[in-house]
Amino acid sequence: MNAAAAKGAPAPLLDIDGLSVRFGGIVALEDVSFRVESGTICGLIGPNGAGKTTLFNVLSRLYRADRGTILFEGRSLLDQPRHAIAPLGIGRTFQNLALFRTMTVRDNVMIGGHCRARGGFLANALRLPFVGREEHALGARTERLLETLGLSELAEAPVGALSFGTQKRVELARALASAPKLLLLDEPAGGLNHEEVDELRELIRSIRDRLGVTVLLVEHHMNLVMKVSDRVVALDFGRKIAAGTPQEVQSDREVIRAYLGGPL
Amino acid sequence: MATLDSSRPAAGALFAGLSLRRWKLIGLAATLATACALPFLVSGYQLLLANQVVVYAIALLGLNILTGYNGQFSLGHGAFYAIGAYTTAILLDKTGIPYWATIPLAGGLCLVAGFLFGLPALRLEGHYLALATFALAIATPQLLKYKRFDFLTGGVQGIVITAPDAPFGLPLRGDQWLYFFCLAWTVLLFVIGWNLLRGRTGRALVAIRDHPIAAATMGIDNALYKSVTFGVSAMYTGIAGALGALLAQFVSPDSFDFFLSVRFLVGIVVGGLASMAGAFFGAIFIEFVPNIADQISKAAPQAIYGAVLIAFIFFMPTGVVGMLRILGARLGRFVAPGPGR
Repeated sequence: MNAAAAKGAPAPLLDIDGLSVRFGGIVALEDVSFRVESGTICGLIGPNGAGKTTLFNVLSRLYRADRGTILFEGRSLLDQPRHAIAPLGIGRTFQNLALFRTMTVRDNVMIGGHCRARGGFLANALRLPFVGREEHALGARTERLLETLGLSELAEAPVGALSFGTQKRVELARALASAPKLLLLDEPAGGLNHEEVDELRELIRSIRDRLGVTVLLVEHHMNLVMKVSDRVVALDFGRKIAAGTPQEVQSDREVIRAYLGGPL
Repeated sequence: MATLDSSRPAAGALFAGLSLRRWKLIGLAATLATACALPFLVSGYQLLLANQVVVYAIALLGLNILTGYNGQFSLGHGAFYAIGAYTTAILLDKTGIPYWATIPLAGGLCLVAGFLFGLPALRLEGHYLALATFALAIATPQLLKYKRFDFLTGGVQGIVITAPDAPFGLPLRGDQWLYFFCLAWTVLLFVIGWNLLRGRTGRALVAIRDHPIAAATMGIDNALYKSVTFGVSAMYTGIAGALGALLAQFVSPDSFDFFLSVRFLVGIVVGGLASMAGAFFGAIFIEFVPNIADQISKAAPQAIYGAVLIAFIFFMPTGVVGMLRILGARLGRFVAPGPGR
């Protein structure tokens, strides 16, 4: 437990402290610390190669951290196996899509709800009554998500045949099906036009407001990040260079230098 | 992406006024009715062949669960078939356990064996897993011949067992009874397989095959699922082996050579990967095509077999079931042109 929690202040949902990741000799993340408060939308920005996706992959336990701690609801994430992250309440999407290509849209979303059911091999083989109930509840939740994201028409389509933008929406629905407390969105605006970005902004807000999901958002689309985020964290070459409100970060000299280049 | 669309017609597609689901049910009912009538229509060698198809279908479903649905390759399922067959043969030979009770015991033993083999094999991907299972396939017949185990396995001589008679004074010949006994197991295991593959577990198996990292991110314990799947798959194949032993009334190491494992793999690919019905078509193929090849040319049956196999792969690259799906979709569009997409 950190000092803030000891004083009685609400502990942050996510508390990253001194996180370092190296691949061979390359430093991907160096001593990165920041917090994400429950119920907020936090933008994570930085030029290509700044370490944003690396950070997501550490949170998903796809990459190993060399140093530092990550607390989620006060519990250390780095002790958890990869498949325990979703049940804890962390859902994510992937920058370059990681859908189950041969499965239908509906089945992809239902897989997202895997961690919210418990029927294993034996229970499924014997089709125990609770398995039917779980499947029914998951099916109903899936239909609602498909409708919310405008995917109902495509429910039976194999996901591999859909356009990039639609697949991104399927990934979002899949992540939401796990009923996350924290949602990691990796470049959700990739491949979207202006109008669609506006829709996405409203969608992210309603995910926070209506579903009560905290959002950590990696995005290059500055307009979207600055409009939707409560707080923004900027990374460059694996280090945190700024953090604060969108206005503060936008006017930060380090951030401007990182994006535009210029003399030190 | 037109190919993807046509291979999977929409669930609601109509064909001659009936949905695809209905047609599948009709097909299933017709198959079951035929299967039940068969022992009264054919006898002797013909019935033996039919019974072997029923038994192979179980083994192929087991391998298909592993390879078709979960994406793990096995060149060694003949070994689990052998373990199942030998379990039944040894129990019948050495103990007073009734024949019907040996089948679940053989299945249970193979479940454990498959799970234990699957645990270390998890670390192996693709080609390497295929090699490890290949090792299992070539080692098993030799172990069965091993002198120290002679007292159990009968060494190269194998074990002769007697086939059961119909119980409760049923008016059935021995071979008819055995056929129904095997058919009942097949139906039971297909129902269990259907339950496993359509729900939460089935989705998880396919998810692991399609994208293992994303599957883990969804909270699926890949290691557990893959090893249990290996066990379940081995259990199916082991039960098939046990039934096969009753059918052949004899087990010997040379019945379970590497070629048996390859035939299983041929069966699931020809029948259709990741399809339950495919197991049946595959079983028909691996049972009948070698016989037909033998009748065509006594001199080079393997060459004929190879030619037929190549023709199948060439004309039905997605297996018999894949071809049926495509045909069904085309007919559906031809008979009742739905709203174009």
